[in-house]
Amino acid sequence: MRVPVEWLGEYVALPEDVTGERIAADLVRVGLEEEALHGSEVTGPLVVGRVLELTKEPQRNGKTISWCRVDVGAANGTGEPQGIVCGAHNFVEGDLVAVILPGGVLPGGFEISARKTYGHVSAGMICSSRELGLGDDHEGIIVLTEHLGEQAVHLEPGQDLIGVLGLDREVVEVNVTPDRGYCFSLRGIAREYSHSTGAAFTDPADLPVPPATTGGYAVRLADESPLSGVEGCDRYVARVVQGLDLSRLTPRWMSTRLLEAGMRPISLAVDVTNYVMLALGQPLHAFDLARLSGPVVVRRARPAETLRTLDDVTRTLDAEDLLVTDGGSDTVLALAGVMGGESSEVSAGTTDVLVESAHFDARTVARTSRRHRLSTEASKRFERGVDPDVTAVAAQLAVDLLVEIGGGTADPEVTDVDHRVARAPVVFDLDLPARYVGVDYTHERVREVLTEIGCSLTDQDASDRVSVLPPSWRPDLTDGPTLVEEVARIDGYDRIPSVVPSPTGGRGLTHAQRLRRVVASVLAGQGLSEVLTYPFVGQDRFDELGLPLDDERRRALALANPLSDEAPLMRTELLQTLPEALRRNVSRGTRDVAVFEIDTVTRPVDDRAAPVPGVGARPDDATLATIRSAVPHQPWHLALVAAGESDRSGWWGAGRAADAADVVAWARSVAEAAGVPVRAVPAERAPWHPGRCVALRVVTPDGEDGLLGHAGELHPKVAQRLGLPERTVAAELDLDVLVTASDRRVQASPISTHPAATSDVALTVPRSVHHSTVESALLEGAGELLESILLFDVYRGDQIEEHEKSLAFRLTFRAHDRTLRTEEVNAARDAAIARAAALTGAVQRGA
Amino acid sequence: MSGPNKNYDPVEVAALDPAVIEQDLTAALAAIAAASSLEELKSVRIAHAGERSPLALANREIGALPPSAKAEAGKRVGQARAAVTQALKGRQAQLEVERDERILVEEALDLTAVPGRRPLGRRHPVPLTAERMADVMVGMGWEIAEGPGVEAEWFNFDALNFDTDHPARQMQDTFFVDPADAGLVLRTHTSPVQARSLLERGAPLYVAVPGKTFRTDELDATHTPVFHQMEGLAVDEGLTMAHLKGTLDRLAYGLFGEGITSRLRPAYFPFTEPSAEMDLVCFVCRGEPAATPCRTCGGTGWIEWGGCGMVNHNVLRATGIDPERYQGFAFGMGVERSVMFRNGVADMRELIEGDVRFNAQFGMEI
Repeated sequence: MRVPVEWLGEYVALPEDVTGERIAADLVRVGLEEEALHGSEVTGPLVVGRVLELTKEPQRNGKTISWCRVDVGAANGTGEPQGIVCGAHNFVEGDLVAVILPGGVLPGGFEISARKTYGHVSAGMICSSRELGLGDDHEGIIVLTEHLGEQAVHLEPGQDLIGVLGLDREVVEVNVTPDRGYCFSLRGIAREYSHSTGAAFTDPADLPVPPATTGGYAVRLADESPLSGVEGCDRYVARVVQGLDLSRLTPRWMSTRLLEAGMRPISLAVDVTNYVMLALGQPLHAFDLARLSGPVVVRRARPAETLRTLDDVTRTLDAEDLLVTDGGSDTVLALAGVMGGESSEVSAGTTDVLVESAHFDARTVARTSRRHRLSTEASKRFERGVDPDVTAVAAQLAVDLLVEIGGGTADPEVTDVDHRVARAPVVFDLDLPARYVGVDYTHERVREVLTEIGCSLTDQDASDRVSVLPPSWRPDLTDGPTLVEEVARIDGYDRIPSVVPSPTGGRGLTHAQRLRRVVASVLAGQGLSEVLTYPFVGQDRFDELGLPLDDERRRALALANPLSDEAPLMRTELLQTLPEALRRNVSRGTRDVAVFEIDTVTRPVDDRAAPVPGVGARPDDATLATIRSAVPHQPWHLALVAAGESDRSGWWGAGRAADAADVVAWARSVAEAAGVPVRAVPAERAPWHPGRCVALRVVTPDGEDGLLGHAGELHPKVAQRLGLPERTVAAELDLDVLVTASDRRVQASPISTHPAATSDVALTVPRSVHHSTVESALLEGAGELLESILLFDVYRGDQIEEHEKSLAFRLTFRAHDRTLRTEEVNAARDAAIARAAALTGAVQRGA
Repeated sequence: MSGPNKNYDPVEVAALDPAVIEQDLTAALAAIAAASSLEELKSVRIAHAGERSPLALANREIGALPPSAKAEAGKRVGQARAAVTQALKGRQAQLEVERDERILVEEALDLTAVPGRRPLGRRHPVPLTAERMADVMVGMGWEIAEGPGVEAEWFNFDALNFDTDHPARQMQDTFFVDPADAGLVLRTHTSPVQARSLLERGAPLYVAVPGKTFRTDELDATHTPVFHQMEGLAVDEGLTMAHLKGTLDRLAYGLFGEGITSRLRPAYFPFTEPSAEMDLVCFVCRGEPAATPCRTCGGTGWIEWGGCGMVNHNVLRATGIDPERYQGFAFGMGVERSVMFRNGVADMRELIEGDVRFNAQFGMEI
């Protein structure tokens, strides 16, 4: 809401030296947040000048300048005419113009000084509207007789123009929260300013209004389908003004106020209705009486009814839309409280108008506005609640202004169809504010504040309770806490003390929360950087990743209103978006880069809709269960992507590129950090290289084998399609699986202090046999004396058959209770080899 | 060795002549002292203390002496050999020290310019800051709760007293799940976890909820469609707005340091009543007037941090809590915004793009 300070001052007493900044600060305190301050940045001397001589001087650059001698009275200190060069040509000798003299400042901090230009010393500037920040008109300079009309008659050269042009005016723009519709009016803002400062408030709605008569224009309120039992229109005031001359110009004082409040002056009838709306918060509509056959009927829309609204759009109406219609012709005149129709629009030739001032239901207007995507000044106010007691006053003010400015005659008949329901009082405990806010408000103070904001208080039998009837403009005051807020805000939030509560104490972070932190630290400690990517993807990405058409990861949740039509889906894996971060780093010149992301992914459940049971009551258990189960499964995942060197080259020697083994090791390190053993199993899965990918499986505490995720090198085609470096490696793990598998307390075993014995074993196996198969066979065969096993060499080459490979393992043995004898170690080693031979056909080399 | 010869006169054996032994000893000691390396010393050891050395040979002759002469000759030779051994040991130790010192010098490396061979990665400042905020809350005895990003519309709005037709619901710039009647949205705030926690745990309850949230804003220097909030919810008997203020002050102190307090301004949120916007004392200018307005706060001395208030009765009712018995407060603030203030990040995009050079400015503890 834009609040012209000059206008505000009409309704509330402002201090002489008030500034927009001060007003904004006073309004913030009562909950009207400052959005902006608008004011002129012009400082004088800006004075009236009369052009005495004007010489056109063509220049070599093709331009023609006007060399002027301008009478600025005594404003320049000498009384001599001022020499000024001007580029505009829309004025002649004798015109009154706006002259800014040296020392003055134009918007943007543009300081004026006497300077030499086009062969003259130009001592000042003749200003255009745009240069003064008065508008966009830059067609030429301001000719004051045109600009100010009659007001210009009394101007004298040298006279100060800052005030005359309204350049001393300020506008305070505040943000009005949705609960305070009444602050979409000068009346409401003035009232709040008064609450904040104690300044005297003059209610502009305090106008004499003639009582309703029976002979006025017929109006019928015929809402047969009220929403939530609330009639779509519970009050309709219709007034007629005849014999108007609507071709008359809106007076400058009114158009200035409208402009300052952010509305464009359009025509007298429209300007008057807008002006009253801004003043009192009551949206009005003016119909051309000649185009109505009457009576006015307010009803819901019928199937297939249409209306061409003032914005030139033909709208098909919904049965829930509330309409203002012409009962005689049965035509639609307006979408009630939102926008009028073209058929009854007032034009310059209109002489008789019907002024509508009605009170429409907030919910009805809100739905219509949303349905037709039509948010207007009127709908904005009705959805937030308009004072139902101001209806007749607003109509009266409009009538008065039309009579005064438009030269019409007010019809003495007053139609006021009034179905208002009495407001419900709130039974209020006077101790509640103190109990709720923690400030010791006395009962007297509470009564005082509530009375100040317009409530009527009636004592109840019990001494601490009062019946509070909120003012008509506050439909938001409906219960104790809403009244508490009024007490707290008027008394001042700055009076609330600071007290730290002492809960009984919590259990700290959960296992899952701690584990996610550990995982992030472990990865960062190994050279990977954490990044956050947006979760939005398109189907194209699934193709780029090479996901098979029936892959479950293609079944993604879609958004109804995505930011981009290219990415309307929620990712089902982090690897669908994380590679982009890697690509960006590479393209910015970071070639050795490893990144990871920890976040949830979305796995939609079957197309079940979540019920939306509404506010203020706990849904039953079955409904809650349905709501919960319709929410997609959103497990926490971890993804890693790396390219370039993992071990850097340097003066110490050559580095090493991150390879598939690195990413498997990183993935394993995460499981290890969680204390969970994992098994790597060869896997073929998009988007990985079919021969360079493993599935990592964990053993859960209940002995079940669970899939943790996959790691390996990306498929070369995938890397190419995603614009990633060749041989980019990646992993994706389900952290929830890791959380479950690790959620147990480790029971420590004593460690042996006896010496270890190692034995190296070289085995040849067919190349198709997996390392892990041989390793587990050795593990199994070696028995419990085996402490650890390490694959330390893999050999393919001349020394062995072409289809074979040689694997060298180091077996470390240790007993808990003794030093092992050589024979024991050899026996265990031989048992291990025998098991490997039996299970994999391994043959010991050199045996 | 030869057999006893009682008639043998030791004095007549040249090798055992005291003068000869003295001479051998002198020669040995001189050679030891002259050895300039461990290798030379090794040769000296063989020449003067080895099996063929003069003193060793002399020692061998002792057995041939008559018993009366053995003792004296044995003593003489023994002393000489001990002196040689002693000298060798000393010289050996001395040469070893010299060698060790020389090796240390030769082995010296210039370690003044060692880049990371496996450079450390870094955490992202947003989750790190969210963790820090959570830790402050845990320190106050609160617990950390979580909820889904794709959320039921009822939890995101209705449970929080956002009526379907209320303008506040339209002002949230919500991402809706397709089809529009699916009843699902991307949560616009972390507040639905208020309702989830109250339903699951009941009162009394003190939970903080860091998490990801979504609004249909285009990414620019100050907006991002995907961002993070931290929510706080306390429901207990006798909680007041003073407790809300106290909690915010502690959190501000924990995050921004000494002297950073909060200010409450009247505001409106459907799920709180009374409601407030919370501002923090600007930690750049601390509200002190300056010649040029502070760039962080625009000269107001305050920066907006988030929204808060007393939990609306309708939220308590929607979650089965008795509003006559329990009162509560709730607050929420942006994590990105906190990082931007705290670490002087001027452009939101730097938090979004995932450039590892951005992370590298921060340590692993923020």
